[in-house]
Amino acid sequence: MDAFFHGDMVALILAGAVATFLTRIGGYWLVMRMKTIPPRLEAALNAVPAAVLTTLVAPAFFTGGPDVQVAMAAALIASLRLSVLPMLAIGWCAVMLMRYAFGT
Amino acid sequence: MSKADFFQGVRNGTPVFLSAAPFGALFGAVAVANGQTIAEAVLMSMTIFAGASQLVGIELFGQHIAPWVIVLSIFAVNFRHILYSAAMAPFVRHFTAVEKFFAFFVLTDPQFAETLRRGESGRKVSFAWYIGFALVIYVPWQVMTALGGIFGQLIGDPKVIGIDVLLPIYFMALVLGFRKRANFLPVVAVSGAVSVIAYHTVGSPWHVSIGAIAGMALAAMLPIKRDPAPREAAQEG
Repeated sequence: MDAFFHGDMVALILAGAVATFLTRIGGYWLVMRMKTIPPRLEAALNAVPAAVLTTLVAPAFFTGGPDVQVAMAAALIASLRLSVLPMLAIGWCAVMLMRYAFGT
Repeated sequence: MSKADFFQGVRNGTPVFLSAAPFGALFGAVAVANGQTIAEAVLMSMTIFAGASQLVGIELFGQHIAPWVIVLSIFAVNFRHILYSAAMAPFVRHFTAVEKFFAFFVLTDPQFAETLRRGESGRKVSFAWYIGFALVIYVPWQVMTALGGIFGQLIGDPKVIGIDVLLPIYFMALVLGFRKRANFLPVVAVSGAVSVIAYHTVGSPWHVSIGAIAGMALAAMLPIKRDPAPREAAQEG
């Protein structure tokens, strides 16, 4: 390791930390000043997590090789009955099997 | 501070710590694989302390994306906290200003869910209980980040031991955690399709914002339905 910290990385992390803190305190701050949130705004806000996170999943699947696609499909099937950690374990086993047994 | 409340918080938070610990290690390993030092990974865990957004940030950092886009993406992934701190307001109003600062600094999905549950069941949400619950997640999160980073440094290429596939699967699990929400399927279908199209036309990282905005716009346009309080998806730390 050449250095413990790099200036630009530390700046990036701290900016991310400030942005995160604003989201954590923002709702409290808003609700103390506002009586109600317009229903359509609330519906849009309510969709935020699924909308944002899906954009990280879908391209990973469609640009991934067969090893990644099989692993993600296996994890999706696992999710019908199992929680996050078993999903990760099954996906990991699938990708290792594809890479080392089938050489994809 | 009531000692009994503090230790009850610690006990309540222990299952969360156990399920979040692997993600701390995962973050440390992925962070080092994407070019952060172990010290930087731990600094990120200490100051941001939000697993999903840390993983998103580090993923984008690995793709050499403009810093302001990375910060904006971290903000976008953490946006749900705005709803959490709004819903929690009645139960933490009695905290002092300093207590509020620390309470919101360590606000996570499980912290929100448990605080709301405790408050709505009529029990007092004391600062001692709240911070006990938070610390039993916060401290191990840093230790696991460092251990994951050391482990990641020994390995080098994450593909060799299959860590690379854990990230998209983890995000998929987070998405599925919201499946009971109003308009879940249409939002996921539109965000997914639009992000894939944008990925191939406009390019990374814009597919993230474009896909997310498409899903949110759809949710705003669909007929309004009653939705239970946003307390699911209590997975990450």
